[in-house]
Amino acid sequence: MTGTMNGTPRKELPAEPLLVADDLVVEYPSKGWRKPPFRVLKGVSITIAAGETLGLVGESGSGKTTLGRAVLGLAPITSGTVRYDGKVISGLGAKERRALSSDIQVVFQDPYTSLNPAMTVNDILSEPLRVAGTPRAEAEKRVRDLLDQVRLPADAGERLPREFSGGQRQRIAIARALSRDPRVIVCDEPVSALDLSTQARVLDLFVEIQERTGVAYLFVTHDLSVVRHISHRVAVMQGGEIIETGDAATVTTVPQHPYTQRLLLAAPVPDPQRQAERRAERRRLAAALAADTSTEVPTNASMSGDRA
Amino acid sequence: MKLPQSEETTGAVATDVAAHGRAGLLRRLLRNPVAVTCLVLLALISLASLFAPLLTSQDPAHSSLTDSLAPISGKHPLGGDGVGRDVLARLLYGGRTSLLGALLAVAVAVVIGVPAGLVAGYYRKWFDAVSSWVSNLLMAVPAIIVLLVVMSAVGQNTYIAMAVFGLLMSPGVFRLIRASVISVREELYVDAARVSGLTDSRIIRRHILPVVQAPTIIQASQMLGLGIVIQSGLEFLGLGSATQASWGAMLNDAFANIYTKPELMVWPGLALAVTVAAFGLLGNALRDALDGSAANGRKPRGTAGRKQAAAKKTPTVVLDAGDTDDALLVLEGLTVSYPTAQGEKTVVDGVSLTVRRGEVLGLVGESGSGKSQTAFAVLGLLPREAQVATTRLVFDGTELGRLGRAEMNRYRGHRIAYVPQEPMSNLDPSFRIGAQLVEPVRRHLGLSAAEAKAKTLGLLERVGISDPERVFRSYPHQISGGMAQRVLIAGAVSCEPDLLIADEPTTALDVTVQAEVLDLMRSLQRERNMGMILVTHDFGVVADICDRVTVMQTGAVVESAPVGQLFADPQHPYTRMLLSSTLEDAEPRSALSGTVPVSTAGITNTGRQEGPA
Repeated sequence: MTGTMNGTPRKELPAEPLLVADDLVVEYPSKGWRKPPFRVLKGVSITIAAGETLGLVGESGSGKTTLGRAVLGLAPITSGTVRYDGKVISGLGAKERRALSSDIQVVFQDPYTSLNPAMTVNDILSEPLRVAGTPRAEAEKRVRDLLDQVRLPADAGERLPREFSGGQRQRIAIARALSRDPRVIVCDEPVSALDLSTQARVLDLFVEIQERTGVAYLFVTHDLSVVRHISHRVAVMQGGEIIETGDAATVTTVPQHPYTQRLLLAAPVPDPQRQAERRAERRRLAAALAADTSTEVPTNASMSGDRA
Repeated sequence: MKLPQSEETTGAVATDVAAHGRAGLLRRLLRNPVAVTCLVLLALISLASLFAPLLTSQDPAHSSLTDSLAPISGKHPLGGDGVGRDVLARLLYGGRTSLLGALLAVAVAVVIGVPAGLVAGYYRKWFDAVSSWVSNLLMAVPAIIVLLVVMSAVGQNTYIAMAVFGLLMSPGVFRLIRASVISVREELYVDAARVSGLTDSRIIRRHILPVVQAPTIIQASQMLGLGIVIQSGLEFLGLGSATQASWGAMLNDAFANIYTKPELMVWPGLALAVTVAAFGLLGNALRDALDGSAANGRKPRGTAGRKQAAAKKTPTVVLDAGDTDDALLVLEGLTVSYPTAQGEKTVVDGVSLTVRRGEVLGLVGESGSGKSQTAFAVLGLLPREAQVATTRLVFDGTELGRLGRAEMNRYRGHRIAYVPQEPMSNLDPSFRIGAQLVEPVRRHLGLSAAEAKAKTLGLLERVGISDPERVFRSYPHQISGGMAQRVLIAGAVSCEPDLLIADEPTTALDVTVQAEVLDLMRSLQRERNMGMILVTHDFGVVADICDRVTVMQTGAVVESAPVGQLFADPQHPYTRMLLSSTLEDAEPRSALSGTVPVSTAGITNTGRQEGPA
């Protein structure tokens, strides 16, 4: 944690949302002697209210995952602050950060590496509880309850992660995140690695849990249709900056920023007729952009070193 | 959108497989005859050394000149050595010295190497820099010379020498542990543990130590053998304690009498060889048991290659393409199975499909549906242990199933081309892109180097690369993923194929790049009137580019229809379920009512906060 605290905790403002990131900058040291550090986030600000889902969309290299990791305290914050419940939580010491673990949780993208392959599901789920000092018997009861919440059979606890399919593993990861009733869960592409039908079911589970528990999500994804399904509000990232934000319906159907428009038109729709229209529209926009600003916005992203 | 929880069923199938694998390390080890032999031998040698006083009444240090080079007798079961000591007693007591010395060396190496490796790998920073520097320095020091110096300085004490040797071996342990810790700490589950509020010491204990255990045990086993060899070497040179019996000292004595009684060499030599070999082989067996590879490695090899056989099942679905006159590719009754521990596992079961010239066939399904296996079977690129059977596999009038390996190679890459899912892993990182593209062109089309280069540059330009000369000279790591996929497409169409098989060609790409790559593939396909099989799980991609769609589920075709018909009127329940799972038409969630006024969004398009709301 190398972050500098450039601000004392503000006075409690009644309208302060649950989680606020304010002008966040994250830099990683570059490889090579005396090269300037690589700036992944260039002053990003977001807010999430209790019980709300903020969808964070962007392509690879846009910094969306880094923003999630900065909120979790896993990325080094160069400047700017993250505030949770009115308190600055960026630049905390290890001990204070650990105390936040009951409030801010995570579900990662890859359900194959986010669960320790050597531990049974019971051990994985009870670990955060045991760390918090929950007695063994109570933790066991809680684990059974969690498995039930994510629709896994009660005997799943005795098994190892490799005995489950991708969707089931992601349910285990969700159960782990829920174990201490957090108020914010950072979801880093939690459904990208899943099959289509599994994806829909896991998203439904996310929505259902939110409606029941009032947890807030920072939902990082590259897929506009996923973000539309799960988010109340959407922020679009490009090159380490947020370029557009608004409610989900607006951003994912009538976006204002040209980049968001390009993203939307590039995503193919599962309907041959509408897809043909969308394709034609995308080409029109690309041609217009090319005529407009031939230097500023390259129409051919792969020519400008996109990081696929 | 509530869907049946059919995903849960796969868990039950996996259970018995995993129960199989969960059997303890020891049980897996005991199933390996080599490991059992090693363990038994080592146990016997250890017990014999431990209970030496019970097994012989002779004193290993007692020398009696009358027994010098005594033959085998009741008093001396293995005879006497050069100065009249009992060989059996020396062998048994010598085992103590060798084993204890080696154990001491390994203990020192582990006690220093493991904690240092854990701390250096987990925390990195200055400790890593310093400890790595020290470890490199220690590794550069010639061990034998250091030991000789130590022995001459502190006297002839074997155990001190072995402790020093342990110190010299500790960099090996340190580096091994450090490397494993570095790879584990990047795992997401370590991040998740950190977010769960685990302290560092608990993360190391619960998540990192278990991973490090296995390599440590394997290395310790091999270090034990090495320790015994080095120690015996020193003693053979006469550097051990004179009063202590040891295998090395026995060899020294035997060497002095090699012309008069060569068989003296046999006993210590045998003891050393057996012990060291047992430790080494045990280390290997441990590694196998940990990998679980011993069980997999020995499974019977299937009949290699492709077999012409009657399909076991009739195709589940009658093809919609009744007339196959203009068919470019006709595949009927494809079955692919793999031998497993539980018997044959069929992954493709009676699949039939047809691709016409100039037609794009979408092969759709979820993971495990066998769509990629089907594509690879057409390419003839399935692994050797795959058992492939088809009733018909006709490409442009030729039955591919009857072709030999060399003939198939002429089709593959030339008339049937392939675009993979992961562009980067399909380019060889050590060759320039130009070289990789020119080679197949020269081979298949018989062009000269200059002609091939000109053709390749033209192709690179055709796939939308603005600076073909630069890309031609680049190495794969110098270009982006989207560019790499364009390069591979250029390579695939370079020999003017009739059929292009693309396996999830855009899955690894960003959505804007995907749109461009699909545009490119469509225009190339139209321009050259190619047939194309596009394997995908994305119905958006299907709608974008395909003419006809074949839907697969668990190895079988469930539905096959022209693209418009499939989307408008899906027949099979599975297709309907898949289509209803797409989120495209799902209602967007509205902003959270009541609790959050829209203004708390607090962000303008510049990404700045507008001050507190």
